[in-house]
Parts: sequence; structure tokens; C-alpha cells
Amino acid sequence: MTRSELQAEAAASGVPGSGQAAEILRLDRLSLRFRGQRADVVSDVSLRVSAGEILCIVGESGCGKSVTAMAVMGLLPENATQISSGTLHFDGETVDLRRARLPAHLRGNRIAMIFQEPMTSLNPAFTIGDQIAETVLRHRGGSRAEALDRACEMLEKVGIPSPRQRLREYPHQLSGGMRQRVMIAMALANDPQILIADEPTTALDVTIQAQILDLIRGLRRETGMGTIMITHDLGVVGEIADSVAVMYGGQVVEQGPVADVFDNPQHPYTIGLMSAVPRLDSPGGRLAIVPGTVPTIDAMPEGCRFRTRCAFATPGCARRPALADLGGGHLVACHHAPLETNVSVRA
Amino acid sequence: MSDDVILSAEGLVKHFGSGGGLRGKRRVVQAVDGVTLSVRRGETFAIVGESGCGKSTLARLLMRLLTPTAGAIRFDGRDVTDATGRDLEALRRDMQFIFQDPFSSLNPRMTVGKLVGEPLEVHAPELSRAERRDRVAALLRQVGLRAEHAGRYPHEFSGGQRQRIGIARALACGPKVIIGDEPVSALDVSVQAQVINLLGDLSRDLGLTLVIIAHDLGVIRHMSDRVAVMYLGRIVETGTADAVFSDPRHPYTQALLASIPSPEARLSGRKAMVLGEMPSPSAPPPGCRFHTRCPHAQAVCRTDAPPLSARPEADHAVACHFHDSLAAEARPAAATAQSEAAQARFALYRAATEGGAVTHLHPENQET
Ligand SMILES: Nc1ncnc2c1ncn2[C@@H]1O[C@H](COP(=O)(O)OP(=O)(O)OP(=O)(O)O)[C@@H](O)[C@H]1O
Ligand SMILES: Nc1ncnc2c1ncn2[C@@H]1O[C@H](COP(=O)(O)OP(=O)(O)O)[C@@H](O)[C@H]1O
Ligand code: SF4
Ligand code: SF4
Ligand SMILES: [Mg+2]
Ligand SMILES: [Mg+2]
Repeated sequence: MTRSELQAEAAASGVPGSGQAAEILRLDRLSLRFRGQRADVVSDVSLRVSAGEILCIVGESGCGKSVTAMAVMGLLPENATQISSGTLHFDGETVDLRRARLPAHLRGNRIAMIFQEPMTSLNPAFTIGDQIAETVLRHRGGSRAEALDRACEMLEKVGIPSPRQRLREYPHQLSGGMRQRVMIAMALANDPQILIADEPTTALDVTIQAQILDLIRGLRRETGMGTIMITHDLGVVGEIADSVAVMYGGQVVEQGPVADVFDNPQHPYTIGLMSAVPRLDSPGGRLAIVPGTVPTIDAMPEGCRFRTRCAFATPGCARRPALADLGGGHLVACHHAPLETNVSVRA
Repeated sequence: MSDDVILSAEGLVKHFGSGGGLRGKRRVVQAVDGVTLSVRRGETFAIVGESGCGKSTLARLLMRLLTPTAGAIRFDGRDVTDATGRDLEALRRDMQFIFQDPFSSLNPRMTVGKLVGEPLEVHAPELSRAERRDRVAALLRQVGLRAEHAGRYPHEFSGGQRQRIGIARALACGPKVIIGDEPVSALDVSVQAQVINLLGDLSRDLGLTLVIIAHDLGVIRHMSDRVAVMYLGRIVETGTADAVFSDPRHPYTQALLASIPSPEARLSGRKAMVLGEMPSPSAPPPGCRFHTRCPHAQAVCRTDAPPLSARPEADHAVACHFHDSLAAEARPAAATAQSEAAQARFALYRAATEGGAVTHLHPENQET
């Protein structure tokens, strides 16, 4: 199957970026900084997720992926965060993030999150069963026995062997991969419409990662939940995403259906990232690089934030490029895209 | 590549927690359990395997930072298994280590100049202060830093730069072998590529031998000449990178390769092999250690440990009873559907980042 066939199949089944599935969550123009910072750590970020869609946010460490997710969840520290713009549309609610948060009763219920560090979100003092049951009881009510049954069912669903027995175990008794499954089981216990997973496989071995990715893919097929998955691994994006948003320095630089972005990357940073990944099919030689390093947030340049590292930058790049639609929802923010018609390079 | 072996291990074993004072059953962790390998002069040799399989322990044994429970290590023609004193000091000069974590491996209170110069003080005390300063400046330039950086402290540098400092320090006394324990794993992709290129340049220009531990198979494929795949303290497959990656014969190697996430893997519709959990190294399964997770396991696998046996083609050995009959699992072909325009774009990007002169064809885009 080629990519375009894959895309056609996805469109036919009403999944990703095809415009056919119902939108579940939309974030419009989120900008925020933490107190004392001289620039926004998240700047004008918009995202949209439909039923059954897996949206990946990809970018290097510090580019604002987790902060964006935490802002959606309403989990950033209130007194240290200054949100200057942003509207969240979810589950019939419209939330102006400058002055309000996602209603707490939706969190862990209609919208659930798996955090980057599983041990920080599992309580070492309680059994796995108690922790999952607690989430169920909080949002659904019912008896403790029913909640424990639900916990058992969820552990089974995420592929944990002998789930009854595991219910009585503590987090430290589980391997990293099992803990991540428990996190997923807990997040999905109340059938959320949206799952936000922040680097759920980064700490795992590749064989376990493959199992977790299969699990997430299977669950969205079964339940139609939308997924926002944060990762820094382009391989993971290629494997699981329907659509992708590439972030650099707090900004989305390119976004769209994954086949478009992978086969036809437009932004110099996307091209740089893709060329810098060592590939199994072309060993040896020198890798293409992205020169330099990411500036600290206080040293971010005006305009296109990538311009301190971009080989194609001109003085005009001090003006922020708008995200322009190339068609089919493929958006790119670069004054000189597409490169092949706008620049030439003499070796 | 020549057959000139610079570093080798013979039946290397490291058990932790044995011989303790407690009577009765103290659990022994069999971190490394019978590893035989040889690294040739000038090559890049990679060790790969899942977390806890014994890679770091093996690296520390080869460096003689740990004392083996059994087995022998040879370096440059000498048996260094029990080296002490002057011999050990010479070994420390010839073999250097690069750590995974550039943040914690450098003393925060030392300047970069001091950090890079320190090994010279130990191993080349004959140098004058000025000579040492010049040497440090040259080392910093060699790893892509500037001589002025010598006066700064590690916290003033990014992760990639700190890794360069660690490499400069490792290079200081002209080692023959550098062992890197996940030297690029903590780095972001764009910076990782810079450090991979640097290590490649150094190994070529200085004729260095590199032993690289990594869990990213793409990184290993890119960097290495030969590979050893470890599972629960043992080598299950080894050989040239070409042989291991294009004709993997051990079911574990096959599973590892099949698990790499990629658009191709998705297009081919592969389902992750259900491997279950890795057993604990303090209670490894009898027979073939992989049998509890192996889709091809037979009765013999539960009782007899398969030896690492050479395959007929050159330089490839596999520890599986059925390596001959198990079909090679081909990886799905790359499904590059890139248009000519996209390919032209990648070429432009590479040319521009490798120093090409960029001309903008539509100057109106440049106005401020
Ligand atoms: N000093 C020690 N005492 C006891 N057990 C140890 C010690 N060092 C390592 N081990 C154990 O030996 C096994 C192999 O450890 P090692 O650090 O070599 O694994 P690794 O392959 O480097 O893993 P990773 O990929 O996570 O770095 C593990 O089970 C580990 O817990
Ligand atoms: N509570 C906080 N206070 C100040 N700065 C923060 C805070 N949380 C995150 N940041 C900064 O915001 C930026 C984005 O962080 P994050 O979203 O965690 O990045 P990532 O993309 O790696 O998930 C980084 O520069 C980070 O240091
Ligand atoms: S807008 Fe300018 S600096 Fe930014 S990516 Fe495009 S060419 Fe580079
Ligand atoms: S020896 Fe048996 S259990 Fe071990 S890898 Fe081969 S087939 Fe699998
Ligand atoms: Mg993060
Ligand atoms: Mg290790």
C-alpha cells in the first residue's frame, strides 16, 4: 500500500484530517508565558482533533509540547502562568483560557491524560486496583466492587496478564512497560473522548513501545476516541499519526495530514529534522544537521523563531510568517517555502 | 576491515551480589554471563539490547572499571584481566569512556579548560602549563568548540556542547579506544546528528576504535561496522552491521528490528510481536534465555543453551538452535513516496547546511 492509498483508506473510514469525522476538540490561538519570562513559551498554537483521529505533536525538548497539553487540561499553576490568548472548544463547552479552565468534572473523565513520567502520576502508597477504582468512583459513582471490576476489565484490555492479581500490587512491583499500561488503563477507565498522551513510550524499550503503540491504535479503532500524542520521535509519528503538528520554539511551524507532511515537508525545520534522523536504509556517511542549538526562551528572536538556525533566513524573516494552507489542511509557516522555487544553492 | 583485534573478551562473566555475608539464598544478578567478542582496530563496534540486558556492565568490564567474576580481557595483545598499578594506568590512558548523561558526568565546579586538561596532568605530566593550554585549545577546536570556551563552566553549555566537552576530555591523552555508553541518547535529534558526525569524523581522522552502546537501532546502523545484540547477559547475534541488519537470524534480533516504529512498518501492517516481559537477570530461564518470549521455541530450547555458531557467510554468528531453518525476516522496503520537488528540497537543505551559497530567487519575499 502506498501512502496515498493509506490516506484514501483513512478518509473512507472517516478518520484523520479527512474533514469527515466530527471534531471533538479544538484549541484556538493559545499563547502563554510563565511569570518573569520575556517571550511566550507557547505562541499562537492552534490544534484540532476529530473522533478516531491520532494527532501527534512533535518537536525537540523544550519546544512547548507538554506545556500546551497541560494548558488544555487546565493543569498549569494558576499564579505562575500568564495566558494571553486561547480558546478551547470541547464537549459543547467553549472556554476562554485567559480567564477560565476546563471544568474539573471533565478532567479524567471526558478528557484524560497520560503523563511523561509514569511514576509521578501513580501513587506509590496505593495498589493499582485502588487507584483505578478511585478514578472510576470519582466520575461515575457506583459501588467499590463495581469500580474494581471496571479496573480489572481495563487492565485486561491493555494486555496485563492475570489482572485480578495485579489489582492488589503496588506501582513499584511493575516494570516500566506495565506501569505505562496501568496509566493507560486508568486514563481510559471512564471512556474519555480525548486521550492526551505525553511521550508515553519514550522511556520504554522498542519492543514494549511497539506493543503500546498497537494498543493505542486498537483502542481508538474500538472506541473512536481522539488522541493527542506528544513525541519527539519522527518514527513514532510515521507509525501512528493521522495528522501531525511540528513545533519549534513554542510555535507550530508545519501541520497537516501525516502523509502530506512526510512526503512533502515544506518548513526548513521539518526538512532538517527528517534529514537528521539516522536511517536504517542508508548507513554510513554524514548526516544532514540542523546547525546550532535552540535559543533559550528569553533569547528567542522576533519573527520566525527558527531563523537563528535556518540556512535560508533573510532579513524579512524577522517578520513572523503566517501558517499558510497549501491545500488539504497542510499548513506551513515559512516566508521562503517551497524552497525549490524560491532559492538556489551553489555548493 | 582487517583482522587486527585490539580489544577482546573471552567468556566474560559478571555476577553482582554473590559471595555476600548472608547465608542461605542471596539472589545473584547475572548481569553478564559468558560474553566472547573481539573488536578490531579502527572499527566502530556497537552493542545493542533492551534495558537491563547488561550493556553498561559489559562496557565497564571492558574498561576494567569492574572486575570480572570470570573470563579474560585482552587489550592490544596483552591480558589485562588482572592488570594493576602501572599497567592499569596505561590501560586508562589507552581506553577512554564517554558517558550518556552530559549533565551529570562533568564536575560543575571545574572550568572546561580544567576538565579537558585534567587527563593531561595525569597522563602527560611532562607538559608545561602553556603546552597544556595549547593542547586543550586544539582539542576544543577538534570537537567543534572554541578555545575561548576553556574559561567557562559546564552549566553554560547546551547538552550537545557538553557532550562535545566530554569527547574532548576523552580524546585528551590520545586514546586508542573510546567506549561510549549511550553517548547520543540524551540528545535531541538535531544535536544528536551533530555528535554522530563528530564521532564519525574522529574515528576516521584519528583511526580511533569506537565501542558504542545504544538502544536506537537507526543510530547503530548508521555508525557501526560490526554489531553485537545482547539479551539477558549474553550475545545472541553478532556480525557485520550489514549481515545483522539485512539478514537477522535470531528471533530476538528480528523482533527488535520489527519493533522500530516507522511509516513503512505501519504500511506493511505489522502487528507488534507479543513478546511479554523480559525475565529478571537474577532468575534467567534455563536453556535458551529467550525461550520464554520466543515465538519459535521448541522443547530443546527449554533445556539446551544454543552456542553462538558461525553462519556460512563471512562474519556472522547466531545463538539459536534453529538459525538455519528460520527464514530471514525481511524488513518492509522503504515506502518513500517523495515527489521530485520534495527530493529537490532535501538536496537544497543539505547543500545549504554544508556551506553552500544560498541565493534567493524572489527578492520581494525578503523585504522587512
Ligand atoms: N552494581 C550492581 N549491583 C547489582 N546489580 C547490578 C549492578 N549493576 C547492574 N546491575 C544489574 O545488572 C543488570 C544489567 O545492568 P546494566 O546496567 O549492565 O544494563 P544495561 O543493558 O546497561 O541497561 P540500560 O539500557 O537500562 O542502561 C541489571 O539487572 C542491573 O539491575
Ligand atoms: N512551570 C514552568 N515555569 C517556567 N518555565 C517552564 C515551566 N514549565 C515549562 N517551562 C518552560 O517552557 C518551555 C516548554 O516546556 P515543555 O512544554 O515542557 O517542553 P517539551 O516540548 O519538552 O514538552 C521550556 O523552555 C520549559 O523550560
Ligand atoms: S521564515 Fe525564514 S527563517 Fe523561518 S524557516 Fe522560513 S526561511 Fe527560515
Ligand atoms: S534457541 Fe529456541 S527459544 Fe532460543 S531463539 Fe532459537 S528458537 Fe527461540
Ligand atoms: Mg515534555
Ligand atoms: Mg546502561
